Amino acid sequence: MNLARTLPAARARRIRWPSATPYLLVGPAFLLLVVFGALPIVVAAGVSLTNLDIAGLGDPSKVRLVGLDNYVTLFQDPDFWASLASTAFLVLIGVPSIVGLSLLAALGLDHADNRFFRALRVFYFLPAITAIVAISLIWGYLYNSEFGLLNYLLGLVGLGPVPWLSDPFVARLSVAVVAVWRAVGLNTIIFLAALQGIPVEYREAAAIDGASAWRTTRSIVVPLLRFAILFVSITTLISWMQFFDEPFVLQKWPANATTSVSLYIYFQGFRFNEFGFASAASLVLFAIILVVTAAQLRVRRLADAA
Amino acid sequence: MRRSQRIRTLAIGAALALGAVVTSFPFVWMVLSSLKPLSESRSIPPTVLPSTLTFDAYQQLFSQLDFARYLLNTLGVVALSFVGMLLVVVAGYGFAKFRFPFRDAMFMVALATMMIPAQVTMIPTFLILNGVHLVNTLLGIAAPTLVSGFTLFLARQFMTTIPDEILEAARLDGAGELRVLRSVVMPMSKPILAVLGVLTFIGGWNSFLWPLVIATDSDNYTLSVGLSLLNRQLTVNPALQMAGASVMVVPILIVFVLLQRHIVRGFALSGLK
Repeated sequence: MNLARTLPAARARRIRWPSATPYLLVGPAFLLLVVFGALPIVVAAGVSLTNLDIAGLGDPSKVRLVGLDNYVTLFQDPDFWASLASTAFLVLIGVPSIVGLSLLAALGLDHADNRFFRALRVFYFLPAITAIVAISLIWGYLYNSEFGLLNYLLGLVGLGPVPWLSDPFVARLSVAVVAVWRAVGLNTIIFLAALQGIPVEYREAAAIDGASAWRTTRSIVVPLLRFAILFVSITTLISWMQFFDEPFVLQKWPANATTSVSLYIYFQGFRFNEFGFASAASLVLFAIILVVTAAQLRVRRLADAA
Repeated sequence: MRRSQRIRTLAIGAALALGAVVTSFPFVWMVLSSLKPLSESRSIPPTVLPSTLTFDAYQQLFSQLDFARYLLNTLGVVALSFVGMLLVVVAGYGFAKFRFPFRDAMFMVALATMMIPAQVTMIPTFLILNGVHLVNTLLGIAAPTLVSGFTLFLARQFMTTIPDEILEAARLDGAGELRVLRSVVMPMSKPILAVLGVLTFIGGWNSFLWPLVIATDSDNYTLSVGLSLLNRQLTVNPALQMAGASVMVVPILIVFVLLQRHIVRGFALSGLK
């Protein structure tokens, strides 16, 4: 800085450049973010007040303003409520399962630091980076009612057969199992990172005071992880609201149309081509996610203050 | 005391190993089944190892079905995603190392877009892309995810750690802004480029929702969309499905084994944003 001030050439450059350079640097990325991040919300809000469908897409003169009609119809549609109820149900069983299992796995992986334990981490991480479509197909094969491995194994011990994907209610659970199986890997890594951030002294002090390993985990480690636990709970909650790929591949239409709000929106938009109506549903989903996110920020602030 | 500790470590290790088997078994089953003939992949009782090893299913994917084209399309989407990554890195540098009017407001807007998931924007984004005639093009498939608030945040955070003195020194030596970016900033950004690179590859390769929505014609399907259609056929062909799944999963596994360090770091960061 000081050097620059003493050299006239550099000073000239500093005066000439800052005007345009930063905007050229950030411009393209910022423009893309606005077009595909912020603008869609505005478009959805506008379109949700119209009757835009496939005919309107071809001939704009057919598009009419319908006020809040789409929202009224949406809140009267039992399928929409079914998709919300299904999401709530999946959240209720999915979030505790994912948080519990990944915390358990992370505590175990953190227990010892040798080559074996480090190698195990790789396995836990695999589902998080593989395509959900591929994972869904593999599970669909395991679940298959004619030649699936799961019913065969259950048959060996005299159980089953379970209608994994043919019964609508069981299918919803089967699809949730795949999502839980996949999410545990990623969240284990997050918990592991948080665990390794806990100073060794805390646990050493507890050990010197004669606390058992279980007691240390319960009274020292888990409370210190409350921020990570909260974080994982909220992101998992939001991810269930976006639940899409697994039920889309595994469940057949129309059973999957009410498995999540995202699928409901997809089918309204791209199967029935009711873009105005689907936009209204999109905005409602957005509002729900905003509320959850705001609650997260508030709880986080309370947790920080405590 | 030592003995009981060793027993505990052994027990935990065994439980974790069981968990690892549950996690990885579906992938093993996928690869093994993809190498079986159709009849064997549907046989009860199932065989663990293929009794006759065959690559028929793979051959069928690439000769009878259009998976060669889907693979090319997927690689095209991945390549476009890397262009998006470069835009993110450059923008991260701009946000971190320059002061300019509206900088903080612009960055806040960028961060706010992280809260808006694709499931909320799929309908309006389809309408926007339809308006500019990008529906059913590879560019249209890649466009919505070219840039993300999260990767921009990561890039900016990294760029703030580059010392101003080095940039100033380069400018004093007469380097133009483009030269500074290419010869100083980029080489110093290798760690973040590695993390963003693997996240970009995995994201582009695996993406499903946008190709599904934007590619209305089978000529533009990606692997993920083509693969999802294998489950829509009337007679289920498990060997074929597992071969298709292997084509999608195995490259990612190879990337993972090679670049494990960067991937775990990237995902741990993405979790702790």
